[in-house]
Amino acid sequence: MSAASPVELDPTLSPDEITFLAKPWVTIVWNDPVNLMSYVSYVFQKYFGYSEAKANKLMLEVHNDGKSVVSTGTREEMERDVQAMHEYGLWATMEKAT
Amino acid sequence: MGAFTRHRKSRLVIANFTGFEADLLRSLASQIVELLRNEAAVPDDARDPFEAMMDFSGPTSEPEDPVLQRLFPTAYPEDPEAAAEFRRFTEGTLRDGKAAAACMIIDCLEEAGLPPELAEDGLMIDVELDEPTAETWMRSFTDIRLALATRLEIEEGDEAIWLALPDDDPRAQAHDIYEWVGWLQETIVEALTA
Repeated sequence: MSAASPVELDPTLSPDEITFLAKPWVTIVWNDPVNLMSYVSYVFQKYFGYSEAKANKLMLEVHNDGKSVVSTGTREEMERDVQAMHEYGLWATMEKAT
Repeated sequence: MGAFTRHRKSRLVIANFTGFEADLLRSLASQIVELLRNEAAVPDDARDPFEAMMDFSGPTSEPEDPVLQRLFPTAYPEDPEAAAEFRRFTEGTLRDGKAAAACMIIDCLEEAGLPPELAEDGLMIDVELDEPTAETWMRSFTDIRLALATRLEIEEGDEAIWLALPDDDPRAQAHDIYEWVGWLQETIVEALTA
């Protein structure tokens, strides 16, 4: 057993950094010459529930930059997302967020 | 012929195919089913033989066929151990799902009147799909296109190469089919978002 002692929270830590510490994994979708742009955007909207604008932005990142981070979360969450992307025929991988 | 549209009243996703087109789709879907069942998903036998024998769960190494490699990509490119675990827990389910989706295309076409052997001329096949079924077709079209593209070794921006092939080149014919399934898929996406 242990006793808690008063701790000062570091006020310089932004909410984003706290999220980053708790959710250190990302799902990446890679470009391929086969999948249709409309289909990829549809999948992002349908599976992740993203708006059409956000889904199109991510789809264009995949298309133009070769890859895009499409979701962030725990390792288990990202494994679910990667499996779902493979179900849809998208080329997805996961890694620790950098 | 073959474009999918959304029926205004019933909201069903509908298309009509010639007998030839329906037969072609059935053949493509059957090939996906066969491919998924042919190369059995086997555990990596580089492991301890006893350990391998006692493990009935799923494959841990990449499939050998390049099409299957593309359908079941390695989830952790930098971490072979985690990649093997991921594969073990997901590939079986993914294989079953993709085979079931291709079977659904075959079943729908046959329920719509496609005979086991296409004989009569002028046969038309009307399909009417509810939303989940249309989505399953759309997903399976991706698998068919990934399979054709992998076999044809299609690459980004290589359209000119395909256009330049003579019409009687079998690769040109396969590429036409690839393009046709892509167009069908585009019209399903449009119908589903309409």
